[in-house]
Amino acid sequence: MTFVTFAILAALVVGSAAGLILKRNPIHGALFLVVNLASVAGLFLTLHAEFLAAVQVIVYAGAIAVLFVFAIMVLIPGKEEMGPDPLRGQRLLAVPLVGVFCVLVALVLRSATLHGPARGAAVPGGVEAVGRLLFTDYLFPFEVTSVLLLAALVGVMALTKRKA
Amino acid sequence: MVPESYYVALSAVLFSMGVLGVLVRRNPLVIFMSIELMLNAANLALVAFGQRHGTAEGQALVFFVMCVAAAEVAVGLAIIVTIFRLRRRLSVDELNLMRW
Repeated sequence: MTFVTFAILAALVVGSAAGLILKRNPIHGALFLVVNLASVAGLFLTLHAEFLAAVQVIVYAGAIAVLFVFAIMVLIPGKEEMGPDPLRGQRLLAVPLVGVFCVLVALVLRSATLHGPARGAAVPGGVEAVGRLLFTDYLFPFEVTSVLLLAALVGVMALTKRKA
Repeated sequence: MVPESYYVALSAVLFSMGVLGVLVRRNPLVIFMSIELMLNAANLALVAFGQRHGTAEGQALVFFVMCVAAAEVAVGLAIIVTIFRLRRRLSVDELNLMRW
């Protein structure tokens, strides 16, 4: 049962990523991205990371996707990739190279730490376990995160402000 | 129970598709979305490894990655909008202002 769920979600993830890469219209790409992020949230659920699944839906599939759609609507793109491609050879070359890259990453990950028996004990994935970690061991990075978000906020306003 | 190595393999595939999107597309918005794909692949691998080792630390790291991704998207889209205002076109091949 869990394997069937995983297979369906994995197919959704890979298919929507392929759609994002292949579709010419960026608004279609944004919708594929939403499907992809939601499927990853489902994968988090199958890994018993309930808190992250909720955050994924709220932050990624909610806020970030809306931001993308908003930017697409402001810019009204779609004609960028119509003309002749001056770097067509390089782009075609990218496909086999990425294949090689994928094999390399898979080899590295395979040799990493997946040997030996698993711990077996289910990791508590709820708000309690993650929150306890965030507010004890990772307290300083957590505070730095707030500074980072503030800096991003100020930076965005400085960047997009029209000159008077 | 699905073994964690399946999740890690899926994350490798997803990451590679993000790299492919960055390399082959010309629209900076789509390139940004591909970067999101790569971040998601890393998140998936982190959660899978954390599950494997029986700790919630991977999930705490994913939380930070999400924060950085949110900040990155906001700043990146602001840069793209600013470039569009200046140039009226959106193609990464034409952005050679900082080329040496």
